[in-house]
Amino acid sequence: MRIPIESYRLSNGLVVTLSEDHTAPLVAVNLWYRVGSANERMGRTGFAHLFEHMLFQGSEHVAANEHFELIQRAGGTLNGSTWLDRTNYYETVPSNELALALWLESDRMGALLPAMTQQKLDTQRDVVKNERRWSMDNQPYGTWSERLPALTYPASHPFHHSLIGSMEDLSAASLEDIAAFFSTYYRPDNAVLSIAGDFEPRQARAFVEQYFGVIPRGTTPVPPLAELQLPPLFGEWRREVVPDMVMVPRLFLAFRAPVFGSDEYYDCSVLGAILGMGKASRLQRELVREREIASEATAFTFDLTQGADLLVIDATARPEVSSDALEAEVAREVDAVRAGGVTAAEVERAVALIETAFVTSLQSAGERADKLSMFAAMFDDPRLLNEQTDRYRAVTVERVNAFARERLGTNNRASLMYVPKDGDEGQPDETEAATGAAR
Amino acid sequence: MSGAPIALGGARAAPARPAAAPPKPYRFPRFEIATLDNGLRVIVAPVRTLPVVTALLLADAGASTEPGAQDGVANLTARGLLEGTMRRDGNALTEQFERLGAGVFSGADWDTANAGVTVLRAHLEPALSLLGELVLAPSFPERDIARLRAERLADLLQMRTEPRGLADEMFARFVYDPLSRYARPEEGGSDTVSTLTRDDVRRFYMDRYRPRGSTLVLVGDLSVDDGLDLARRTLGGWHGTASRGAPPAEAPARTTRAVHLVRKPDAPQSELRIGHIGLPRTHPDYFPVLVMNAVLGGLFSSRINLNLREEHAYTYAAFSGFAWRRGAGPFVVSTAVESDVTADAAREVLTEIDRIRSAPVTADELSLATSYLGGVFPIKYETTDAIARALAALAAFDLSIDYFDTYRDAVRGVSSADIQRAAENYLHPDALQVVVVGDASEIKAPLAAMELGPLLEYGADGVELSTD
Repeated sequence: MRIPIESYRLSNGLVVTLSEDHTAPLVAVNLWYRVGSANERMGRTGFAHLFEHMLFQGSEHVAANEHFELIQRAGGTLNGSTWLDRTNYYETVPSNELALALWLESDRMGALLPAMTQQKLDTQRDVVKNERRWSMDNQPYGTWSERLPALTYPASHPFHHSLIGSMEDLSAASLEDIAAFFSTYYRPDNAVLSIAGDFEPRQARAFVEQYFGVIPRGTTPVPPLAELQLPPLFGEWRREVVPDMVMVPRLFLAFRAPVFGSDEYYDCSVLGAILGMGKASRLQRELVREREIASEATAFTFDLTQGADLLVIDATARPEVSSDALEAEVAREVDAVRAGGVTAAEVERAVALIETAFVTSLQSAGERADKLSMFAAMFDDPRLLNEQTDRYRAVTVERVNAFARERLGTNNRASLMYVPKDGDEGQPDETEAATGAAR
Repeated sequence: MSGAPIALGGARAAPARPAAAPPKPYRFPRFEIATLDNGLRVIVAPVRTLPVVTALLLADAGASTEPGAQDGVANLTARGLLEGTMRRDGNALTEQFERLGAGVFSGADWDTANAGVTVLRAHLEPALSLLGELVLAPSFPERDIARLRAERLADLLQMRTEPRGLADEMFARFVYDPLSRYARPEEGGSDTVSTLTRDDVRRFYMDRYRPRGSTLVLVGDLSVDDGLDLARRTLGGWHGTASRGAPPAEAPARTTRAVHLVRKPDAPQSELRIGHIGLPRTHPDYFPVLVMNAVLGGLFSSRINLNLREEHAYTYAAFSGFAWRRGAGPFVVSTAVESDVTADAAREVLTEIDRIRSAPVTADELSLATSYLGGVFPIKYETTDAIARALAALAAFDLSIDYFDTYRDAVRGVSSADIQRAAENYLHPDALQVVVVGDASEIKAPLAAMELGPLLEYGADGVELSTD
């Protein structure tokens, strides 16, 4: 399974990747900027994400929300997202609207600031605060995505702080911050542009040159992030218990893990799938199906490309199971895989599931474009996309076992445990069940 | 900190906004429909871009086909299919699938149940053979059915602190008459789920999972002949007939507007659901309603989102939609707003519903909605999974065979007069039920002051509280 990939660089430093496919008359445009929450300064947590919102508030030749309107009017879909070390913006449009998508992206890369106003900033700040309430503060277990990095990365590390940000820091963000962030990070020489789908390469290149070629490169070097490297192990078993408005305990058990793209990453990813991908994974089989400790149990990595990643087991207790029992049972499975190793059949199952998921995801032009941007932005080589299945297939039982022995020990664990606030672990007694049924 | 904002913009000779090139033709993937000797309908759509196939089996076994007092048996049966067959237990079954790289899934919605896989072409035959096995000969082990029942009860318990699911469930309860199946959770409430037995599951399976009444959809890297041949080999030995399920009764719980406040102490946001009973999927005014909703609240650029989010910053997102089922599913506006603007947000939603009924939408709004719906049509069907689900809907709702080929013309044919007529006929401001899950101590007084209708108050279990 290989897709065609071309790549080149404009004189202003913008990296462009192209992948043609004429199955359907649609085309995806995707931009990665090498900036995320890791680049925020102290007192401005959440700023990279707030800034992403501002990129939809217009630019020199585009009115507020007009970007959304023009793309939707063209029959396209669009969005953006912010992550620890990158921010992406993307559109999928009917192929006759490729120029529009490129022009809109170029206008905000080249001339965002003329459109910025205090009122737009105030509005988006409130929208983002509501996003925080919706996704975290008013959701059971919702704060896990900021508590887990805080528990597992040192306070000085760029991945430690909250991506969505604190209410105080969001309140403090100013138009001056917008201007500084824009000129520091939003520039062609800090970005990758990918186009995937139904386009004619000569014409696409001409559009790219016409719209992006005139944008000047940055005038000062992009400031480097603080030191990202970390030792391979935590050196301890960290624990944090969070009493929350929840009915049953839920455990996030994290291990410091190798970054995406390293040889070890594929061992880690396969081990994660053996533990927690699919219904025949160990955690599903043992904790959900056989011992009925958990109602759900999965494992995943964040796929960070720099510094250090996490392998995370996410297990939700059955109502009659205590938080202590949940942690002990999850740990028992981890110890078992470490002591007894995995089988060839388990590796085969994991690699097969991962490969199907990977190939299936490539059906979407937007997915292809996003993956191309990732490999180009973080590894300087979009062709790595075509090597992923081979790298998974090269993983062996011995490699997985060696990885488990090295990384899953008690000296490399962090437990983030949510428990019901009132101390009651959610025993559903007869009275409650009867009341719940009343109408 | 570098320079004045304008300097960056001015440094560039900006190219003008480009015009669109002429549109290219698009056709929904070709498909063929055949019926096997045992009555099973088979739909095959060859889509040969990547070596992937999605197989989706659809039985007429959704929640609305459940026997009385057995809410949840449809979901339990569909999920129970993966718990083992006469030939192997659940662990062995799912392991067999997954060693082929096939993540097998099953579930039930209101109208149908489904089981399926997406798999690399090379593994299609063994994966389909396993799919046939679990559909024809599920064993529904006692212990695993008990486990699935306990997992559903655990979900219901967790919903008490999960405001979105709670708001959706309460909304259905306050909109539909208690006798309608639509008033109660699709996967069943604790009263019925706790009583379901393996025998109930077996009986439901025997009654509802029959080839005549079911559809197998195959989409991806295969030919029509290959697809039909595979269908015969894997499901040809199945027999029996399932009658077509009748949609549930659709009487409303009340015919006048009311506000239902469900207490969630200390909630930093209020979850709002505002709506009433909508229309069945096969309603002749489907397209005018679809386009009307796109203007009202179906898109980011729709009136409701631009008002609540971009103008007032009350929320992260606000949308409206019709839930399309064989019977009349609900029309609902959904949003989550900061507690102190709850009443204001409810007022703005009501204002938008009034506005789209009282004045024609502009030509710009109409063209935005129709060109969006027509344009994204191909983008919705990029994957074999999405195409298979579209064809499953065609089967579930008996849509016409040229439905996908005429969709874009049908959308573009909707006029602003059609929209206003649809809004007048199918949006009922006086019958709206306003459901709010939030911190009563902060939001009750402002909601009451707005005088939207009688204000009723409930605990997180949905039991009405005696109020002042």
